[in-house]
Amino acid sequence: MLKDQTAVVGVGATEYYKRGRSLPQTSMELAGKAVILALRDAGLSVDDLDGFALYSMGFDTSLFAQWLGVPEVRFTAMLTGGGGGAAGSVGLASAAIASGMAECVVSVMTLQQAASRFGASFAPRGTPGAVYSAPPSPEGAFIQPSGLMGPGQMFAVLAQRHMHLYGTTREHFCEVAMSTRENAIRRPTSLMKEPLTKDQYFAARMISEPLCLFDFCLECDGAVAVVTTSAERARDLRHPMVYVGGSANGGNGRWGQAITWMGMPDEYFTSSGHRPVAKRLYEMAGVTPADVDVALLYDHFSPMVIMQLEDYGFCGVGEGGAFVADGNIRWPQGSLPVNTHGGNLSEAYIIGMTHVKEAVEQLRGAAVNQVADAEVALVTGGPASIPVSSLLLHN
Amino acid sequence: MQGVLPPDVIAISTSPSTDPFWKAAAEHRLVVPQCTTCGTFRFPPAPFCFHCRAQDVDWVEHDGAGEIYSFTVIRHAVIPPVADALPLVAAVVELPGTGGCRLVGNVVDCDPAAVRIGVPVTLDWYDVRPGEAVPVFRLA
Repeated sequence: MLKDQTAVVGVGATEYYKRGRSLPQTSMELAGKAVILALRDAGLSVDDLDGFALYSMGFDTSLFAQWLGVPEVRFTAMLTGGGGGAAGSVGLASAAIASGMAECVVSVMTLQQAASRFGASFAPRGTPGAVYSAPPSPEGAFIQPSGLMGPGQMFAVLAQRHMHLYGTTREHFCEVAMSTRENAIRRPTSLMKEPLTKDQYFAARMISEPLCLFDFCLECDGAVAVVTTSAERARDLRHPMVYVGGSANGGNGRWGQAITWMGMPDEYFTSSGHRPVAKRLYEMAGVTPADVDVALLYDHFSPMVIMQLEDYGFCGVGEGGAFVADGNIRWPQGSLPVNTHGGNLSEAYIIGMTHVKEAVEQLRGAAVNQVADAEVALVTGGPASIPVSSLLLHN
Repeated sequence: MQGVLPPDVIAISTSPSTDPFWKAAAEHRLVVPQCTTCGTFRFPPAPFCFHCRAQDVDWVEHDGAGEIYSFTVIRHAVIPPVADALPLVAAVVELPGTGGCRLVGNVVDCDPAAVRIGVPVTLDWYDVRPGEAVPVFRLA
């Protein structure tokens, strides 16, 4: 079992930039800066590094190791899929360490959206104005001709049905956006530093009904790295212990390509795809939702925070809207502060790695928006095609 | 036809599994593959039955009438060539009698405010190019 065999010992990040502003640095240069900072935070150096655990297509670790002069790479692997693997990349690092294949593994995300915008991820390649577009695929041909070309449009379809089935409203989405913004404005690292009012939310332009501008995450550049090592070695390092209590990735096979096929079984069509992963995570870590003090839930689109609250058992399925309306996710007074760092929606979108960093800082007692006596933190990767993933950290 | 993408933004890629669907589509016929071994429908077409893992299928004709399972009204052009086609209603329609197969397409020539989950629709076809048609829906 993975439980408590490893610990997260270092976190590091570059400055966060609005889309395109990180030039002329390259994305792998940003990764290098974040990795060096994360190792330094742990009291380690590149000489200690021996593994890479990446996700969402990652990058070329051969060139990276060559640049940094890593003495010996003993493990370099990646979760398949996209942003769903964010939290799970630390689980992959832990698996490498617990198995003895490596000892000091870094998980890193670097993102530069200057020449590539995720908002048009599934536009056909070759379309004028389409950057970061999808190569033609036989499956995409059943979706893309309808105009569904970006993740936000596709998740809007899930949100619409959640509203239909459970009475979830745009007021609920607004509460996710506003509470997250409230957390962001107190942090110097945040790209969004002005409060968001309900009037501003409802006056914002619709992107894809029922989702408006403020239901969408930011478009950013930057890099975040996280260093994991054995619990034994971690005890000799400089920070309070942050144990990896558990990690899981995957999903039901018929969740499959999720929003890019829309054929998921009715039973969990309107979900984050996380239910089986949540069950395994809690079982591995030996905790229940009631034990979680702070939740860092991947917030690419506000309704998906609501569906994850349901899928991780903080409320019943269909009750997520009411759960947020009751103030539960607010910091500091809510029963479950969510995205205390400002999330993808308002701090920065680095494909979910800012969530891991925040969980570590909460458990060290060093967060800007510190949850009092935080002992257990949940981190999730993006609701997405398989795999989705999560990570349970504790001190 | 109002509420569809311009042809140059539509790229249809096919595979041996999906080719019969698109050949029928070009003739304005909707066909759905059904496993010859266990009778399970699968969509989009794929080389294996997700229930019994057999490969052979019968191509069963369907009239395409169904109900809207969910939808979104696209108001923002994520790429410039889409701008003139907005708003676009992208709908997921469940096909009755297929065990939950869903077809995705635009609801055309409609007031987007009239589109609701559960409303009945009928199938029509948008001729993108000669020999190439994609399914679209009309409010019944």
